[in-house]
Amino acid sequence: MQTNPLGHNVDLAERAYRIRRNALLMGEVQGQGYIGQALDIADVLATAYFHAMSYRPEDPHWEERDRFLLSNGHYAIALYAALIEAGIVPEEELETYGSDGSRLPMSGMAAYTPGMEMSGGSLGLGLSIGVGMCLGLKRNGSSSRVYTLFSDGELDEGSVWEAIMSAAHWKLDNLIGIIDVNNQQADGPSSQVMAFEPLVEKLQAFGWFVQRIDGNDIEAVRSAFDAARDHAEPKPRMIVCDTRMCKGVPFLEAREKNHFIRVDEHEWQMALEALDAGRKA
Amino acid sequence: MTRTTDTHPNVDTNEGASPKPRLKTSAMIASIAAEGQRTKPAPFGHALVELAKSRPEIVGMTADLGKYTDLHIFAKEFPDRYYQMGMAEQLLMGSAAGMAHEGFIPFATTYAVFASRRAYDFIHQTIAEENLNVKLACALPGLTSGYGPSHQAAEDLALFRAMPNMTVLDPCDALETEQMVPAMVDHQGPVYMRLLRGHVPLVLDEYGYQFEIGKAKMLRDGADVLVISSGIMTMRALEVAKSLEADKVDVAVLHVGTIKPLDGETILREAARSGRMVVVAENHTVVGGLGEAVAGLLLRSGVTPKFRHIGLPDEFLLAGALPTLHDRYGISAEAMTTTIKGWLG
Ligand SMILES: Cc1ncc(C[n+]2csc(CCOP(=O)(O)OP(=O)(O)O)c2C)c(N)n1
Ligand SMILES: [Mg+2]
Repeated sequence: MQTNPLGHNVDLAERAYRIRRNALLMGEVQGQGYIGQALDIADVLATAYFHAMSYRPEDPHWEERDRFLLSNGHYAIALYAALIEAGIVPEEELETYGSDGSRLPMSGMAAYTPGMEMSGGSLGLGLSIGVGMCLGLKRNGSSSRVYTLFSDGELDEGSVWEAIMSAAHWKLDNLIGIIDVNNQQADGPSSQVMAFEPLVEKLQAFGWFVQRIDGNDIEAVRSAFDAARDHAEPKPRMIVCDTRMCKGVPFLEAREKNHFIRVDEHEWQMALEALDAGRKA
Repeated sequence: MTRTTDTHPNVDTNEGASPKPRLKTSAMIASIAAEGQRTKPAPFGHALVELAKSRPEIVGMTADLGKYTDLHIFAKEFPDRYYQMGMAEQLLMGSAAGMAHEGFIPFATTYAVFASRRAYDFIHQTIAEENLNVKLACALPGLTSGYGPSHQAAEDLALFRAMPNMTVLDPCDALETEQMVPAMVDHQGPVYMRLLRGHVPLVLDEYGYQFEIGKAKMLRDGADVLVISSGIMTMRALEVAKSLEADKVDVAVLHVGTIKPLDGETILREAARSGRMVVVAENHTVVGGLGEAVAGLLLRSGVTPKFRHIGLPDEFLLAGALPTLHDRYGISAEAMTTTIKGWLG
């Protein structure tokens, strides 16, 4: 089994906790935003950055790194939280999130942030880039992998299915797709906006090795990443993650789900405390 | 190949200058209304509901942006005439074309960037080429989002101007937005409207304005400068005109609510009046929008006043707070005032 290049010894749950904490601190700067998503995807990002991927924090362009594509660019707040925890972005920059002159804009863009490998914001593009990167890596004889995170809303875009079909055609076993099924998009629950199930069967029929897990069960996430890496068939790999928006902050979890949430000024401290309570428990 | 992130484009290198407060993006709710300005909520949504009461062939269609294009107002009133097509802009346009084939008048909504860039061929081929009766209402036109290029439709007018059969509208405020809705339906054929959503400034009621497709309207006369503008830049131009009164500069404002077909007659008549500098102001890249349309018209007609152009630069724009960006790119009222004064010498 591949060992983590950074020799990480802090356990993944603690990493996930700190990613959530970073995200809340950034959310507080704007008073609102994609907090629910950051909290739902923290366990997946902790596993990607502290278990699965090879990279050098001091050299984000290191050729042999595994690539991470954030197709759902509005999840930038979540990725920044992970990049800070991974030592790629300095922690001091937290407080600049989404402000004028910041390297951490609200929508992820490659030119702004070390470790951000694509410019998102327009949804449904990441997996196509992933296909090209995987083709290029193979052409270069590289063993690096490309992890591409995208959202259940992105499943509505035809371009995503073009990439899904093509990745199987090209037998891209170096491509690992991760779908955040939080059952939410801009106008409401994803399953009501555009019915997308049965997802596993569809992806399998398209020629992918597919696993579906509870994306907030960190052990399940870890074994899925391992299985995606170790799988023998020459197929692209998809990890379908069912997640819970606002995970880790019970009073926000209990709120009506929303794509873009506003949290009152006094509630940020409460949210941090609620998160802390879960950590000790 | 590597990309440099060491010198990212958003660093403020303006050291030594007086420190300005760092503004925040919060772009989803960023409003183009100034503090204390009179506004109306969701003028498009309410106007569409009013009209749809007597026009059963109107249907609403969106690509996961009903709530963000004020179409939710229509959805609430007419749930069975509302079609949520998912976040699939190409499908939205193709299916709107299909609806139009069957005799309906679809209002299809998304953001201007996704209509113009993601779905352009679908609009071109399935809608415009057959001159179908599809009405596009697309939010966040020009630079009205701080999210960066993905949400900044700096070139939407250029793209839709270049599409045969397409009528292109750029409303200034809530009143004009409301007036455009019935005009869009009365017009036979496809229409692209730049949509102002949420709490939209109300300005033109003070000028007794009435929108007509294809008609530019003088909002105020003036002897020194003629500003020809569309969209929110007209609101800005009216502010500029007021502030330049103090400098004894007399500014006329000609509002061009219809970008295509352009009201050549009115523009030529006003631009030909001697002694006035002509300034075209648009919330759009300087490439291919109102400025170049007017410049081409004047040149072709042999009318050549002193001509100046205010618009967004031909570059990928930054992310940040809207007021900061409008200042930076010269389309805030303050920046325009300074620029025009400079041109007057
Ligand atoms: C191509 C494109 N169409 C529309 C949008 C506007 N938009 C931004 S986020 C979003 C919802 C996408 O679904 P998802 O990522 O699942 O939403 P979330 O889980 O974050 O609520 C939409 C429609 C966009 N950014 N890109
Ligand atoms: Mg979602």
